[in-house]
Amino acid sequence: MMTFLTPMPNKTLTRRSFAASVAAGFALVAVPRPAFALDDASARALIDRALADVNEIINSGRSEARMLADFEGVFTRYADVTTIARTTLGAAARQATAAQMSEYTRAFGIYISHKYGRRFREFIGAQIDITGSRPLKSFYEVRSVAHLQGTAPFELLWYVSGASGRDLFFNIVIEGVDLLNSERVEMGAMLDRRRGDINAFIADLRALG
Amino acid sequence: MPQLPRHFRLAVPLLAVSLLVSCAEQQVASGINDPYEQSNRQTHEFNLALSNAVAGMVDGDSDGGPVTKVAANFAANLGLPNKILNSLLQGRIEPAVMNTLRLVVNTTFGVGGLFDAAGTSFDLPEQYTDFGETLYVWGVGEGAYLELPVIGPSTERDAAGKVVDFFLDPLGTVLTEREHNAVRVLRGAGNAAGKLRYAGSVSDMLQGSADSYAQARLIYLQNRRFALGATSDDDVFDPYAE
Repeated sequence: MMTFLTPMPNKTLTRRSFAASVAAGFALVAVPRPAFALDDASARALIDRALADVNEIINSGRSEARMLADFEGVFTRYADVTTIARTTLGAAARQATAAQMSEYTRAFGIYISHKYGRRFREFIGAQIDITGSRPLKSFYEVRSVAHLQGTAPFELLWYVSGASGRDLFFNIVIEGVDLLNSERVEMGAMLDRRRGDINAFIADLRALG
Repeated sequence: MPQLPRHFRLAVPLLAVSLLVSCAEQQVASGINDPYEQSNRQTHEFNLALSNAVAGMVDGDSDGGPVTKVAANFAANLGLPNKILNSLLQGRIEPAVMNTLRLVVNTTFGVGGLFDAAGTSFDLPEQYTDFGETLYVWGVGEGAYLELPVIGPSTERDAAGKVVDFFLDPLGTVLTEREHNAVRVLRGAGNAAGKLRYAGSVSDMLQGSADSYAQARLIYLQNRRFALGATSDDDVFDPYAE
């Protein structure tokens, strides 16, 4: 059980605390090989280790810019960015060239880690307990409960897969709301704005990072 | 509100329910059913403008301070009898008991509900429920997605539930109609005060989005289905299975 996040004095799960939890969640899962050999105890141990990583960054006293860069590193170590990026692009991923996909994936990784990394400060002082894990479809679901002061505890789930060759997480679900779907809607809307022009869309995404 | 004979007051929610049951389609929804998207989007623009105006009036980052907190506590306490009744209608005894204890503690130690003594000292957080959930338990379908003015994201089922909740209140049986209307106004004002506290962060989050309407819709539907227990492993998306 680790204590590191910071609660705003909120009474309910607001969008802000939602984003903050996603931010925390992104950095919380570290899963080693081999796929599906994970049991409840090893999943727990790994997440504790990832929590320690994040804890070190946010208590380092470094500048926000430096912390975002560090957080980006945590994200690329523990998340299957390639799969998240491809999934959130939807059908357009099949039309994009290999060069566009690699540009997009890089821009997306920076965008997502910065987006949620910025919310980190709000989480100092919170406590997240890993409560278990179970196999689900082709992957693993790791369950946890987040305790923020003055707020009813809420549930965080991480979806972890070994399909990329390494065990990495590809989705976080907070009280039923999942990051993959949310970012799929977001990327779809950004692409629509550019009437499907992938290069213009990538430039917009890079500007957000 | 005009004085209504007691049996008529009951008739309004019953009528709403029977209308709703007749248009119910399925028990558990998974996708997005939004045939009113065009008008919903117009309402969304209005709600965003309203939320921005409110956030501009209060300091966006402040959490409202003690006055709004007390008002929100008071309103929440007045809302407990309705939640207890809904839990009983759902056949769920435990949340009904917990909310009853909470009502007793906050009304006494919490000085008539001004302070949340039950939540802070007795580990009795509010067990949230509403008539929308009762309808779900009774097998009514979710219906179409709706964005309501001021209130925000909802569904046909949840909107009907809100109408019923307005009438379905055990306090009405011990208060005169006039007193009960005063309670309704206080609850409304207190809930608005509670809302103000988060107006800034909500509009922050939505303003950063390329399509805040679609984000608000997704977040509402996913979170509501989760809260109702209306989700299924079959609907979980697996990107590696494609």
